[in-house]
Amino acid sequence: MGTLLDLLGGLLLVAGTTFLLLGGLGLVRMPDVYNRIQAGTKATTLGTLLTLAGAACLQPGWTIKLGLIGLFLLFTNPLSSQVLARAAHRGGLHPAGVTKVDRLAEDNPRELGPKELGEPS
Amino acid sequence: MSKARHTIALFATLFVFWVLLNGTLAPDTLVIGVLVALAIALLFPNSLSALDDLAPLPRVAGAVVRFLAYFIIQLVKANVALAYVVLAPSLPINPGIVKVRTKLKSPVGRLLLANAITLTPGTLSVQLEDEFLYVHWVTVDSDDIEAATASIVAGFEKELEVIYG
Repeated sequence: MGTLLDLLGGLLLVAGTTFLLLGGLGLVRMPDVYNRIQAGTKATTLGTLLTLAGAACLQPGWTIKLGLIGLFLLFTNPLSSQVLARAAHRGGLHPAGVTKVDRLAEDNPRELGPKELGEPS
Repeated sequence: MSKARHTIALFATLFVFWVLLNGTLAPDTLVIGVLVALAIALLFPNSLSALDDLAPLPRVAGAVVRFLAYFIIQLVKANVALAYVVLAPSLPINPGIVKVRTKLKSPVGRLLLANAITLTPGTLSVQLEDEFLYVHWVTVDSDDIEAATASIVAGFEKELEVIYG
């Protein structure tokens, strides 16, 4: 029983860290801050939850505390992502050139301002 | 919800968290927990709580389970979809900020909806204005408000509507 839990915990840890790795790769590859936040939010949530679950399998006594950490993560992670994106947009950061549509800028025309010449996109 | 009930709910939530985090029922730990939880509950009577605006319990229980199940499935799909996008050499993204509408009235319901959207496939809530949400979407299918609402919001909204009436 102990070895089975250890095996499951190890597999969960590997899966979790793989998602975290892919999130890191996403941070490097995505073209602008909004897409990078997307990569950061998704990967860290599932990656960290799986890592916590793996740790719970290896150390069953910690399960409740690890569960609470997961719960905090589920509430704070989207909140900080949203605030970062909002602040970036309000601060006048243009989405990358591949962006198809920006309803937020259309409805708040003065927020982004005219795109400067030579600005990277 | 009345102010007194709100304070009691906040106190109970904080106290349960305190006990779970400490993992002990020693008297001195409990006394400190009661004092701190009581102080916070009395100092912040206007803070939001997930227990605000809750519909009657029996109706809520099933919807909460369905919401969590749907949420977890979406969360896993989000990660697999993102893994594919990040690993594909061509980086197949089609990003944009779309506008969607929610039918939810309760502030807590809207908060949970925005959070759930942020955690699901390629969508990130940027701004909430009254009944409108501005969502950054990595792979925009449609920037039409109704179509985008149907594909981003509808799944979560169905259960949240039951939970927060």
